[in-house]
Formats: sequence, C-alpha cells, structure tokens
Amino acid sequence: MIKINSISKSFRDKTVLNSISGEFDKGKCNLIIGASGTGKSVLLKCIVGLLPPDSGHVYYDLRNFTEADKEMKSEIRREIGMLFQGGALFDSKNVEENVMFPLDILTRMGDEEKRERVNFCLQRVGLENVNKKMPSEISGGMKKRVGIARAIVNNPNYLFCDEPNSGLDPQTSILIDELILEITHEFDITTVVVTHDMNSVMGIGEKIMFLYKGDKVWEGSNQNIASSGVQALDDFVFTNKVMKSLKET
Amino acid sequence: MKSFGKYILFLGSLFVRRETFMTYYKLVFEECVQIGVRSVFLFVLVSTFMGAVTTVQTAYNMVSPLIPRFVISQVVREMTILELAPTIMAIIFAGKVGSSMAGGLGTMRITEQIDALEVMGINSASYLVLPKIIASLLMYPLLVIVAGVCALLGGYLVGTLTGVLTPTEYVQGIRFGFQEFGVSFALIKSFVFAFLISSISSFKGYYTHGGALEVGISSTQAVTSSVIAVLLADYFLAELLLS
Repeated sequence: MIKINSISKSFRDKTVLNSISGEFDKGKCNLIIGASGTGKSVLLKCIVGLLPPDSGHVYYDLRNFTEADKEMKSEIRREIGMLFQGGALFDSKNVEENVMFPLDILTRMGDEEKRERVNFCLQRVGLENVNKKMPSEISGGMKKRVGIARAIVNNPNYLFCDEPNSGLDPQTSILIDELILEITHEFDITTVVVTHDMNSVMGIGEKIMFLYKGDKVWEGSNQNIASSGVQALDDFVFTNKVMKSLKET
Repeated sequence: MKSFGKYILFLGSLFVRRETFMTYYKLVFEECVQIGVRSVFLFVLVSTFMGAVTTVQTAYNMVSPLIPRFVISQVVREMTILELAPTIMAIIFAGKVGSSMAGGLGTMRITEQIDALEVMGINSASYLVLPKIIASLLMYPLLVIVAGVCALLGGYLVGTLTGVLTPTEYVQGIRFGFQEFGVSFALIKSFVFAFLISSISSFKGYYTHGGALEVGISSTQAVTSSVIAVLLADYFLAELLLS
C-alpha cells in the first residue's frame, strides 16, 4: 500500500498540487485522473521521487519515502516498476537488453536465468520473437508492452504507469489496460495509473482519485463515478454528447 | 556562478551511489570504442593535413638563406607537440565527441530514459556520465599521440615530396634540440582537456529540459563552453608549466 499525506507542489508562483492526501491499495488498479494540467503527472513524479514535494510525505508500506536517506530511497525504488508515457526504452539497447536491464543492474542472476525471466515477461505481455529488435523498429503499442515487461521483470511491489494509453488506438489501449489490470491481480502489486482516458477509467478504475486544479475533489471507483454529484467530475466524464445522453437515460 | 556551482555539485554526484565495478568496466569499454576508436579516422585526417600545411607555410615564410632548412621541421615539431596536437585537436574533439555526448544525454532526458534509470534506483549521473569521462581520459591522450605522429608524418611527406627539404633535413630538424618535457606537457594538457570537454558536455546534456530544440541548444552550448574552457585551461597550463 502507498499512502500520501498532504502533498503540495508549486513551480514558482503556480501551485500545481494543493495538499493531496490519499491511499493506493495493494492488489488494485488505482487511478489518478483529471484533465490536462491538473497535476496528475506531477503527483506521480512526487510519489516516485522524481520531483521533491514542497511539503507532505509519501509512505511505501509505512516506510517514509520523502524523509528517507539516499540508501533507503534507492532500496525502495528497487521495488518500483514504472511505465513511462513514451515507453522510455533505451535507444541503444534492443528489446531483450531493455527488459533485462533491471536484472543486470539490480540482481546477481546468471545469464540463463535472466534470459528465462525476460522471455517469461515478454510472453506475459504478448510479445514473442522481438527480442533482438531495436526500439526504433517496433510500434508504439509494442513499446508500451516492452515498457511493462521491463517494469515487472524485477518482481516489483509497486507499479506506476504514466498515461499508458497515450498515442495508442482504442483497441490497443484496451489491451494495455487489461494487461495492467491482469498483472496487478496476478502479482498482487500496488498499481497507480495516471490517465485521462475514459475507457481506462471505466475499464480498470478499481479505485479512482480525481484531481481538479491541483486539488483532490473526489475519490471512489468506476462503479460510482457516474453518480458522484461533483460537477467538475461530471464535466470530465460526460464530455461528449453520447456520454451526456447516456447519463440522461 | 550558479551554473558553476551546479557543475561542481554535478561532478560530486558522479561519485555517490555507484554501481558495481563490472558495470562500469563494460560501459567504459563501450565508451572507449565510441569516443576513441570512432574518432581515429577524423584525427588522422585532420592532423596529417595540419602537419602538411604547417610545413608548407613555415617553408614559405623562411626566405633567408642564413636559416638552415631543417629549422622548418623543428618548427613543425614544436607547433605540433605544444599546440596543434593537444589543443587544436581538443577543439575538434569537443565538436565531435562533446556535441554527441550532450545530444545523447539531452535526448535521454527529454524521452524520460534518465527518469527511468532514477526510478530503478540507479544514480543516472554516475551510470551515464562517469564512463564517458573515464573513457575520454583514457582515449584522448592516445588520440593526441596519434595526431602528433600523423602531423609529423604529414609534414615529412609534403616536405620531402615537394622538395621543400630533404628527408635527412626533416629528420634532423625533428631531432634537433628536442626536449622530452614537451611531450609530457602535451599529455598533461590532453588529460585536462579530456576531462573538461567530457564533463562540461555531459553537464549540458544531462540538464536539458524541453524538446528537440533544446537538445540542439544544449549540444551547441556544450561545444561553446568546452572550447572556452579548453582555451582558458591552455593559457593557465602554459603559464603554470612553461614559464
């Protein structure tokens, strides 16, 4: 479980996050949603430590990450897997080397053991016979899958996904969502997904935190998002005419 | 001053939370190939022509019959060892290797590859930059030696083939009044320049923010700042070691 307590973050005069608190449950797909520019990605970066929050604390299973020393932070980070918006695959390494990278650096596994683990993870995300391809030779959807494989290769306790569907067609988006959900349940990990994709919200939002102008204005699940009674959330969810007419019926 | 302070902190960050020796060994080896082996052709080409042109121009300016002709190759030797091989090659090194380092790291930054390393608990600065600096310190002095030899050979070929001076005169000039410290001085300079170019270029690339345009700007800044640092260091080293 990950707990955040009164996280605030400003850039010069602009307040991006205003005292955000909440919990992300283990074994669930936790979503942070909101329109563009509401601070979702900044919150995610504060949680994983890529940005230091101005105030507040982040706890990984009761371990205070914000005030941890460098060694402790490094230890916690080794339990984290992260899927970045663009995949963030290393251009100079092929698919197999990319997925194997965390094992090379963080473990003392033998070559054969590492290769087996890499092949297992690639198969798990539905990729085969792409081991020797370079990132520039595979599609956007495949890059995301490789990114997921790399994120889970070291058996993480926490999985973070920053807009996993951006730039993908609706069908591939759903496949990626389902994959994230399956992996979350299968490995019983705490997954946090930042998205503004409504298909994701409805499909995998077991626990949802809605941000609006830097504030957390609602928390719930995909089961009760339609009846939240929060105007900002309604405006976000029922954006187009089809969704509006669905709500009215 | 703020940038200088940030640069010093950046250098300090290279030596904390390092990975295993084997990790760096492989990375340094890869960087040596990238930085050193792939620069050999350019260095050989430029230095050979530089030696040739220096010979021709020195000969053109030595019009007095009272000056023996072997002085031409002596001048070529001194110029090559003291300045052309370590310093002019450093500017070429900054243009080729420095811009490549800054561009590569800048691209890694804007495509979140550096963030990916950080999230894995890896000190990205140490992992990415330290091997580049070590490889530069290993390879640049070797490149300077290659450049020096090629420049002297280029001068020999052009000098003898065009009839400016005989092979014997050229070799006599090369050997006349030779001081070994000149070579030591060139190697000391090459170590300093290699460190300055690789660290400054990496610093510029590592702190790139924005998009493709900013990567281009970082590469340009890396070359400009490296060249200025090299020229300043060249002056101070000459004052320190030769005066």
